[in-house]
Amino acid sequence: KENCRPDGRELGEFRATTVNIGSITTADGSALVKLGNTTVICGVKAELAAPALDSANKGYIVPNVELPSLCSTRFRSGPPGEEAQAASQFIADVIENSQIIAKEDLCIADGKLAWVLYCDIICLDYDGNILDASTFALLAALKNVQLPSVTINEETGLSEVNLKQKNPLVIRKHPVATSFAIFDDTLLIVDPTAEEEDLATGTVTVVTDEDDRLCSVHKPGGSPLTGAKLQDCISRAITRHKEVKKLIDKVIKSIKPK
Amino acid sequence: MVLLPRPTPGPVPSAGPSSSLSRCPRIPSPGGTLSPLPGDTSVLAGLYGPAEVKGSRESPDGATVEVLLRPKVGLPGVAERSREQLLRRTFEAVLLGSLHPRTSITVVLQVLSDAGSLLACCLNAACMGLLDAGLPLSSLFCGVTCALDPHGDIILDPTARQEQEAHAVLTFAIDSAQRKVLATTTRGSCSAEEMQRCLVAAQRAADTIFQFYRDCVQRKYSKS
Repeated sequence: KENCRPDGRELGEFRATTVNIGSITTADGSALVKLGNTTVICGVKAELAAPALDSANKGYIVPNVELPSLCSTRFRSGPPGEEAQAASQFIADVIENSQIIAKEDLCIADGKLAWVLYCDIICLDYDGNILDASTFALLAALKNVQLPSVTINEETGLSEVNLKQKNPLVIRKHPVATSFAIFDDTLLIVDPTAEEEDLATGTVTVVTDEDDRLCSVHKPGGSPLTGAKLQDCISRAITRHKEVKKLIDKVIKSIKPK
Repeated sequence: MVLLPRPTPGPVPSAGPSSSLSRCPRIPSPGGTLSPLPGDTSVLAGLYGPAEVKGSRESPDGATVEVLLRPKVGLPGVAERSREQLLRRTFEAVLLGSLHPRTSITVVLQVLSDAGSLLACCLNAACMGLLDAGLPLSSLFCGVTCALDPHGDIILDPTARQEQEAHAVLTFAIDSAQRKVLATTTRGSCSAEEMQRCLVAAQRAADTIFQFYRDCVQRKYSKS
């Protein structure tokens, strides 16, 4: 059978995507995303800190992608390897480029107190396309975050955290990543599995937001592509964005408010 | 060592002497200095290879490419690792590694000064280093940075200030064979149409850079 992949998919077909929100009760926000077999969980913890001196009205968002040895035999335990670090940097870039959360919204008191959101993205099962899954998990987890309200006591100067009154984060943009594997300059397949990624001669990841703007075109080397092929990737990414947005909206709506 | 100052619009300043372990290194004389001009982005590229590779990293199919990017100050961090991955995969795409199996090719890039368009400068320095080392390549490549200013105009090879003020900065690695895109990375957000415009501008600018490579290599061989 031609134009068919080992798992029976078409060249432009995505794997079944499922998302589960709020599974980690100890985190301020969490999401579990499965793209076929690739399983990624994102936990967001919020802590308080003083803002940086040069941006006194901004909070922090600190993403970290972990590819532990349990997710695949290709990763050894120990300090993060190149792929994990590159993925962390990619997520940090997506957050920065898409302005998913305005850092000003994380500030509680100018120059004194701001939120730090530690976003830990951990892969539980690696079957390719880690970037798409991580971005989706991050987006879903951030939508799930509930931050307690914080006031600063004027007399003592200390902060008071009210755990009973929680507010969700303001998510300004919804970036969605779509990855492609390139084979020998001509063939582009969408959502590669680990086996396909190993055999591929290059990868491209396009991140779009709901206004069809490109937040990131990430092609770390690999086989060269013409401008036309790149445009084709972008168009497919825009289509994919709509599907993912629908899925995430459905899941958010289905959560009963606490 | 290949010293590549940041290209200014127009003719690009000359590169310094090159060296690699595969040939006799030509280091500058003790009296001479390799001082980049203020306001220039300079990256020093050192090429080592094909050399021995230890143990498990040995690949029977081809050469193992390793890239080390050292920032001007501080230790290499996550951002450097991400760039190293991009550079490594770009080199792997052009290097005919299967001609040197079970060897390692190491590219060490030291940032001397950063006045904007750093990644493009790294790409250019590395390509000249690969050329100088005499490694077999399927094509050359160059790096071009495009910044989109708030008016929507494209600025090629932006300064650090222009990069900050721009609402998007796109870096492309363009190959010399068919001007295809080897690598891209973006900062900020832009529309698909703006990206295509930048790509076209970058492909045109690549012609200037490839001509510069020719001039450099010609100059080097015409001296001796």
